[in-house]
Amino acid sequence: MNTFLGLPVMPTAPAGVGHLRQNEPFPDAARRALANTQLRRNLGKATAHIRAKREAVVAELPDWEELRTAGQAIKARTIASLDKYLVQLEAAVQARGGTVHWARDATEANAIVTRLVRDAGATEVVKVKSLTTDEIGLNEALAAVGIAAYETDLAELIVQLGRDRPSHILVPAIHRNRAEIRDIFLQEMGDVDPGLTDDPAALAEAARRHLRRKFLSATVGISGANFAIAETGTLCVVESEGNGRMCLTLPQTLITVMGIEKVIPTWADLGVFLQLLPRSSTGERMNPYTSMWTGVTPGDGPQTVHLVLLDNGRTAALADPVGRDALHCIRCSACLNVCPVYERTGGHAYGSVYPGPIGAVLSPQLTGIEDNASLPYASSLCGACYEACPVKIDIPSLLVHLRARHVEERRRTHRLPSAEAVTMAAASWVMANPGRFAAAQAGGRAGRLIGRRGAISALPPPLAAWTRARDAPVPPAQTFRQWWAREKGNGP
Amino acid sequence: MSARAEVLGRIRMGLLNASDGDPADLPAAEYRRQGDLTGAALLDLLASRLTDYRAHVRRATPSTLADEVSAALTRRGARTVVAPPDLSVPLPAFVAVTVDDGLSPGELDDFDCVVTKAAVAIAETGTIVLDGGPDQGRRAISLVPDYHLCIVTSGQIVHLVPEAIERLTGSAGQPLTWISGPSATSDIELERVEGVHGPRTLEVILVAE
Repeated sequence: MNTFLGLPVMPTAPAGVGHLRQNEPFPDAARRALANTQLRRNLGKATAHIRAKREAVVAELPDWEELRTAGQAIKARTIASLDKYLVQLEAAVQARGGTVHWARDATEANAIVTRLVRDAGATEVVKVKSLTTDEIGLNEALAAVGIAAYETDLAELIVQLGRDRPSHILVPAIHRNRAEIRDIFLQEMGDVDPGLTDDPAALAEAARRHLRRKFLSATVGISGANFAIAETGTLCVVESEGNGRMCLTLPQTLITVMGIEKVIPTWADLGVFLQLLPRSSTGERMNPYTSMWTGVTPGDGPQTVHLVLLDNGRTAALADPVGRDALHCIRCSACLNVCPVYERTGGHAYGSVYPGPIGAVLSPQLTGIEDNASLPYASSLCGACYEACPVKIDIPSLLVHLRARHVEERRRTHRLPSAEAVTMAAASWVMANPGRFAAAQAGGRAGRLIGRRGAISALPPPLAAWTRARDAPVPPAQTFRQWWAREKGNGP
Repeated sequence: MSARAEVLGRIRMGLLNASDGDPADLPAAEYRRQGDLTGAALLDLLASRLTDYRAHVRRATPSTLADEVSAALTRRGARTVVAPPDLSVPLPAFVAVTVDDGLSPGELDDFDCVVTKAAVAIAETGTIVLDGGPDQGRRAISLVPDYHLCIVTSGQIVHLVPEAIERLTGSAGQPLTWISGPSATSDIELERVEGVHGPRTLEVILVAE
């Protein structure tokens, strides 16, 4: 470990495994997404709907702001003593007959889970929707050794059958409408009624039939965890469909993969988060099902219980005293639904399994900023995400902080000055002298010739970089200095 | 070095960079820990919130409970019922009752209905909590059958989530299932559809004691 800017540099999530990295810069991916009108229509409808639901149930609680404050404080206290709470959690789980494993990164976590599935003698597993296992690419790692992983959450099933990528934290198939989903089911399910309609109830029924036999015969279940209580060793999964209960209850072996930041100190803390999460997430007073288990309960549920505690870049985020606030996230997705950028581009443009505003501050910290360098800029800094966040993560400030870190890291690693630095130096030279400044402004007015309806969509080089992702306003017909000269004579 | 030692070491190293301000200094949040509803108002709120999420709700008193259970099973057309080890509510003679003694998932799938009691109910959110007690049974029995009939008594109802957490402190080590309406999904265009993998029908009998 060396130090940099006074921060110890921790290992980040390794490349080549899992789904945390962009394949292309956000502006390029976003431009393609914006051209997809079906995608924009699906997203616009879905996010508008969930925003209205969330606002209604949040307004019902007179103490919503106090709950947010409590959630923020619990998370800050947890992170400040994270080592202590993890050791306490480990001891509590072990005392109840569970086994705890530690994984430095995705590769190690995948190897642990693969070994555990093999030890259980299974060639297939049923999975509860889990962002963490998506993050580490667990399904691909299992498939590589011949173990089939069946996603059982409806949206994850749609994504898996469609050989697609998730695009939203809560509703991974939010980019698909009912007609597209019916087509995927008809093509991929095999056992589906060819007369299947696109009625959501009929599609849900088809998923029930498709997965029923899998649930009843599965020997290994794999889950993530929404919360883990250090005090009691209790793990908690919130869900809606009952697929979670099936996977957590019926198999003989249960393997839970959890990011180290998901621990909370006490049983009483759960009373705060079980109010914040469902209202922020699905816009419900409470999600239909929440399961809690503590190690092994003889005669009830899985009799072999494993917990894998995953770092994979989380300690790199923790080492940044500002950036570590991103680890408070409870994965509700409220920030995605209120984000004007996410609403138009969708989740795929972010490249990572964590999209939207929280993804823009989390993914670059998990991978190292250079590997997701465009994400901290994928925001208009409007602040809607901060307002919506149930644990009050100041995402706009984190974005600005990461932009500054990115610029600073580039400055240190690049011997040639960046285009931005050259531009700023040139601007400084021009603006330092009245004559040079007036001449530059006169040149700028040439922009009126290429503008359309008050905007320029493509400037010539070297200014083209600015208009790759935004329009530039057309310069006014006269400058302020010219107006002043005409109105007030030849100057003060 | 073991992964455990290495991850804990990274955490301790990272925490050497202190944040601005001590988290212990954050203001104590005065969220509601104690509700203000009691009696009939509490019962009414629970009933309306359960109904809002498409559970069927019936009212009963201790003396009419058996009749309400019988009426519910008749409406459902139930013939076979799986029950927890000690339900302590009489079930009608027209159903064949099997007391669970470790039935397999496949066997549970053949029952028309499961009847359980509950540990706690939360009025504000319309939530019923099962803690695996002898009148509720293993988690699997209230999961696999397609119809769940659940009996909640007025003394089990609290107003707020933190009150339920407080009451469940002693059961924290037990497997807990929090149920708010029947199985549902919003995964298709965020439109709520009741009935996916869990019981597609949840019927609750509220017993005013």
